[in-house]
Amino acid sequence: MNPAPSIVFFTTASGAGYGLLFWLGLLRPLGLVPGQGLVALALALVLITAGLLSSTLHLGNPQRAWRAVSQWRSSWLSREGVAAILTYIPALLLGLALWVDAPALALIAGLLAAAGAVATVYCTGMIYASLKPIRQWHHPLVVPGYLALSAFSGAVLLAMLAAFAGGGAVPALLAVLTGAAALLLKRAYWQAIDSGPPIATIESATTLGFIGKVRQLDPPHTEQNYLLREMGFRIARKHAAKLRLIAQGAGFALPVLLALLAVLVGGTPAVLALTLGAVLAIGGLLIERWLMFAEATHTVMLYYRG
Amino acid sequence: MPEAPMPLATERPDRAVDYSPPVGDEVKTTTCYMCACRCGIRVHLKDGRIRYIEGNPDHPVNKGVLCGKGSAGIMTQYSPARLRAPLKRVGPRGSGEFAEISWEEALETATGWLRHVRATDPRQLAFFTGRDQSQSLTGFWAAQFGTPNFAAHGGFCSVNMAAAGLYSIGGSFWEFGEPDWDRAKYLLMFGVAEDHDSNPIKIGLAKMKGRGARVVSINPVRTGYSAIADEWIGLRPGTDGLFALAIAHELLRTDQIDLDFLARYTNASWLVVRNPGGEDDGLFARDENGKPLAWDRERGAIDASLMDLSAVMVGEVSLPDGRRAQPVFHLMAERYLAPEYAPDAVAERCGLPAERIRRIAAGIADVAFNQAITLDQPWTDVWGRRHETMTGRPVAFHAMRGISAHSNGFHTCRALHLLQMLLGAVDTPGSWRYKSPFPRPIPPGPGPAGRGAKPNTPLAGNILSFPHGPDDLLVDDDGNPIRIDKAFSWDAPLSLHGMMHTVIGNAGAGDPYKIDTLFMFMANMAWNSAMNPGEVIRILTETQPDGSYTIPHVIYSDAYFSETVPYADLILPDTTYLERWDCISILDRPIGSAHGAGDAIRQPVIKPDRDVRPFQDVLIELGARLGLPAFTKPDGTPKFKDYPDYITNHERMPGVGPLAGFRGADGSKRGVGEPNPDQLQRYIENGCFWRDHLPPEQGYYKHANKAYLEQSKAMGLMGKSDQIVMQIWSEPLQKFRLAAEGHGAKQPPDRLRERIRTYCDPLPIWYPALEHEGQDLNRFGLSAITQRPMAMYHSWGSMNAWLRQIIGANKLYMARSRGTALGLAQDDWVWVESRAGRLKCQVSLMEGVNPDTVWTWNAIGKRAGAWNLDEGSPESTRGFLLNHVISEWLPAQGGFRQANADPVTGQAAWYDLRVSVTKCAPGEEGITSPHPDAPALPPHMPARPDILRYSTKATP
Amino acid sequence: MTCLPEITPGQKKLGLVIDLDTCVGCQACATNCKEWNASGHSGPLPDTKPYSAGAEGVWFNRVHSYEAGEGERGRTVNFPRSCLHCETPDCVTVCPTGASYKRIEDGIVLVDHDLCIGCGLCAWACPYGAREMDEDEGVMKKCTLCIDRIYNTNIPEAQRQPACVLTCPTSARHFGDLGDPDSKVSKLVAERGGQPLMPELGYKPVNSYLPPRNRSSVAAKPDEAVPTPMDIKNPLLRWMDKVLTR
Repeated sequence: MNPAPSIVFFTTASGAGYGLLFWLGLLRPLGLVPGQGLVALALALVLITAGLLSSTLHLGNPQRAWRAVSQWRSSWLSREGVAAILTYIPALLLGLALWVDAPALALIAGLLAAAGAVATVYCTGMIYASLKPIRQWHHPLVVPGYLALSAFSGAVLLAMLAAFAGGGAVPALLAVLTGAAALLLKRAYWQAIDSGPPIATIESATTLGFIGKVRQLDPPHTEQNYLLREMGFRIARKHAAKLRLIAQGAGFALPVLLALLAVLVGGTPAVLALTLGAVLAIGGLLIERWLMFAEATHTVMLYYRG
Repeated sequence: MPEAPMPLATERPDRAVDYSPPVGDEVKTTTCYMCACRCGIRVHLKDGRIRYIEGNPDHPVNKGVLCGKGSAGIMTQYSPARLRAPLKRVGPRGSGEFAEISWEEALETATGWLRHVRATDPRQLAFFTGRDQSQSLTGFWAAQFGTPNFAAHGGFCSVNMAAAGLYSIGGSFWEFGEPDWDRAKYLLMFGVAEDHDSNPIKIGLAKMKGRGARVVSINPVRTGYSAIADEWIGLRPGTDGLFALAIAHELLRTDQIDLDFLARYTNASWLVVRNPGGEDDGLFARDENGKPLAWDRERGAIDASLMDLSAVMVGEVSLPDGRRAQPVFHLMAERYLAPEYAPDAVAERCGLPAERIRRIAAGIADVAFNQAITLDQPWTDVWGRRHETMTGRPVAFHAMRGISAHSNGFHTCRALHLLQMLLGAVDTPGSWRYKSPFPRPIPPGPGPAGRGAKPNTPLAGNILSFPHGPDDLLVDDDGNPIRIDKAFSWDAPLSLHGMMHTVIGNAGAGDPYKIDTLFMFMANMAWNSAMNPGEVIRILTETQPDGSYTIPHVIYSDAYFSETVPYADLILPDTTYLERWDCISILDRPIGSAHGAGDAIRQPVIKPDRDVRPFQDVLIELGARLGLPAFTKPDGTPKFKDYPDYITNHERMPGVGPLAGFRGADGSKRGVGEPNPDQLQRYIENGCFWRDHLPPEQGYYKHANKAYLEQSKAMGLMGKSDQIVMQIWSEPLQKFRLAAEGHGAKQPPDRLRERIRTYCDPLPIWYPALEHEGQDLNRFGLSAITQRPMAMYHSWGSMNAWLRQIIGANKLYMARSRGTALGLAQDDWVWVESRAGRLKCQVSLMEGVNPDTVWTWNAIGKRAGAWNLDEGSPESTRGFLLNHVISEWLPAQGGFRQANADPVTGQAAWYDLRVSVTKCAPGEEGITSPHPDAPALPPHMPARPDILRYSTKATP
Repeated sequence: MTCLPEITPGQKKLGLVIDLDTCVGCQACATNCKEWNASGHSGPLPDTKPYSAGAEGVWFNRVHSYEAGEGERGRTVNFPRSCLHCETPDCVTVCPTGASYKRIEDGIVLVDHDLCIGCGLCAWACPYGAREMDEDEGVMKKCTLCIDRIYNTNIPEAQRQPACVLTCPTSARHFGDLGDPDSKVSKLVAERGGQPLMPELGYKPVNSYLPPRNRSSVAAKPDEAVPTPMDIKNPLLRWMDKVLTR
């Protein structure tokens, strides 16, 4: 599948934003986050909003994007939109509560915002996981992966902000735990898709398997088309392996180690370590998300390449 | 028409759908010209633009269907490659630098050049047209002008099919005959890919497959029709004749032939004089009235046409005058029973196991003789005897390009007709059938006109016609050709369609003479219509020491900015096919079928938005300006206002004009009748075609069907209603052979004597491609051929925004096994080399191709910049023409340059090509070669849009 | 509404039956579809860079060609591909706006171009590549089964069929109600063993593909017992005494 930059950025940024909102909503009312939390909330909302706006860039008719919330009964994309919009309400209420220092409202709004964040990211994951023609996405580890990566990137960001506010080992420890979990999940996912059987073959796609091995003689057009550009993206195995290594190292392992270091040393070095960790994590996740598309194959390509 | 249950009109509240929009605001019928198939179309118009083109369900050719090309006609109509106004060349030839001029200036310029030629030496006009369908006009015009140098591109295309058929069975494959699609049980297609009769063949194949009949395709490539055949025989290109004669051998060996049919309807019983070395050797024994003789069991030598003949078919007899003679059948059977024609002897050369050849022969014989068809349909034969039934041998043949484009194509096609005759499978139920106006006498008419061309004097007769022997050749007293293309000369005695592929080469070499003006229509001679475009371009741009061009004047008419436009001095821009009148004339290539005569017209369905004129109108006006007798009144004023006026009122003979339908003052006559001023209107009302329906008793055995022959004569299709006796032994060929042996007044030049003697064999023979002689076949080990893609074949405009997406580039296909052996992988770039040059392209590996053959799609490659395409277009960067490595000439033999063509018919032998294929060196990949520079665009050509949103839908 | 209509027995399921045994790959269905629909319900079907490199446009019907099996025993099969109007298509359910819908009355899957936001998700959800984005208008387009022909009272009744079906020169395309077991198309599918594409994905395509038929074998075996001419002293003598009358 074509890794369109707007979609890669969208899912990474909004994933991180919802992760941040999730942890903030959960931990701030419990006092586990130092400082007022408004900066973190603002960052979360900026990431979420930027992501959502970016996602409309790939729409043919962005001015009609509002229509996308209408089909929540069947469409995960619609549900994502509904969840995203609904989540703004407790998130903004949480902001208000933090602003006026209303702990009860903060607790309720925080929990609701956290729930909304989980729901939204779940929907995002389900958009992909529900697509049967794409083997690498129609997989049980896809939704857990989206949730784990969101939680991890949110924790990394929260840890960084907490460090700026002067402490907060809890977010850093959460980053360590979610990072380790996400890494394990991602590795398990990669292993699964590498060894997974194809969902269909050129023989079943053409019904011609009863004659023998099927090969393309000529494509329908010698020139390109939308489907080939959208779904014909190919990445060399070697190239993908290298990017996976970079994503694992920069996106998961290093941020986890840096977070551990921050917990151990504290102070200014912790701020630096967690900032570096956040940058690395986001960068690594962009690579991971790019791979999520680049490595995905669509059954329509059976008709073109077998 | 396909049938499907009608969807029930239930309540449909779908607000997003307009279920019954009017298709357009007007619909007009006309005839398609996206290829040569002549399908009827209905063109829907909306607000003056084309909404939709669909097949006309009432039309006899296509019965409502329409192919991929015809359905893309909108994009050809609105192509940015359309020329806009008359042009005169202002830069050097080939530069593409033109200035727009008025029609008056264009016509005066042309008239000036032509008037001078006509007043001095009319032969110095070479007038050649391409895929033209108005040859009854263009040929007539040329004769009126007085030049013998006229032809269309048939010599490049299918003359082998026409000549072999017309000299053997009085009809031919090509578009003049058709399998009995409704009754045939076994169809053999030889070298048939997308070609003439495109939709009728498709409709017919579907019928046959639907009935469970067997379809066998003999073709080196398994695509298109071969893909759906029940059996694919991928033999080596050019060996079809060997294969056919081995089948003949098997049929004779196992005595599975229709001897009654041969005795009744062919010249098998005719006696051939055996007098080796004598001037009558190989000619038919004839009585005092010139009637061929047969040997009657009781009465001895007797008129072979007698009804009560009981002919002896084998043996040798003494004629009353003492000469020895043998029946044709004897000579034929003796030849093909020889071991050299046995399957075992030919198998290796054909690339097929002998066992398979035997099996196919047995299969054919089984269907012909064990599954014969009998129709309860009375008919009367030419002897006046009524028969209660019609018996058919349901084995049908069709053959085309893969036979035609070889230098042994004429004899190969004769071999196929021989097979049909042996099986008794000509125009019988279930076999191959004549399409009206065939059958015609063998040969169909007098010899060609062209001798004695004089200034300001028309030639009498048809320029393209039918030699009966050496006396009809167009040669001077020394045996040298009279025509610029050397057609009807000893180089190619039966070149019935001319030899367009040699015109420019001969004119450039001044052999047999130089010309002043080359006038072409719809012939892309500087590209895919030339055997070798590079050579044509070289000659068209060649100058003499005084700076003048070797061919001083080139006039060209085309509707589009094709590759040839930059090489002309004067451009007469034509209209598209939807903007013109045309006449698919009974005098030329009508749309008749086995069911009866028919012809058709085109009417303008849309007005040109440019300063262009239909070529036929221009030709008629030039005729008037030049004062050609048939185009002017006695007072010198134009006789015809325009082409429709000519179509309606021109009479070739009294009562016979371009159209056969709705003749007579009230439109009630068919075939022969005085001109009808409302004729075109009647055609339009009838869907732009006219169709005659033969009564069932005339449906078969047309060559010996009394009612059919008499009615055919009455309609002016034939001069006589005599039986058309099919010719196994061809006497005209034997006459050429006798001349080569030194008999008669007309003698070939010595250098051609052996060639004429060898190839003018009165019985079908097989020989390897002429161009294979004298070249290193080990080095050039692969046969190379082309096929027309179904979505592009014969497209008039050839460049089409929709079709070029489907096929905008071409690769060289080869067997996977062969590619692997050569170290080639899919899409590798390779050099393809022949004795004539080399080209660069990509390969594609496939299973269904003869392993000794490579092939590609024809006419996809375009010159950069032509057709108003961007220079980076795939047609010029990834597309290529195989023509660049084909030579017009045979390898030099004895110092004389001989066309790379069939030695009998002059048919261009572009399927004889042999090549080598080698992988490109690293760094050479990426662009096809040769890649000539882009010429300039003519003035005021439209800008290419970045996006095309073609629609006649009202925008909300 | 992107929820699928409830399937009831005997419900109308309009669709196509495509005969892989007779398709010669002529592209008539593809271009005739293009010209009808360019000015039809979904028109225009734009073509970008139409006269340059990279020309591509919106087409509802594309004809592939395949080779199945090896060498001479294999077959070349032309394979038209268009929307299969599935019974349970995810392309409809994934649509967030309701633009993509399956009609209860005839089962046709359509896009309402006024509602479509051009997100492309339906194209991702379609395993068959039936949907093509009009990137000019920013909306998804697809085969409508010529909904503006099949019910069109301005068109003669016999021609109220999809353009691709009417134009096909080899009658390789058939249109009808596959929900009615007695319809011509249903019988054709039953007789010829029509196959769905990629049934393993569970979309239940309505369109069906008739497989290339088994090649009929030749009945006759060469009669090896017949002597070769070399064995006969003069084979022509066989015809010497045949009495032929006209």
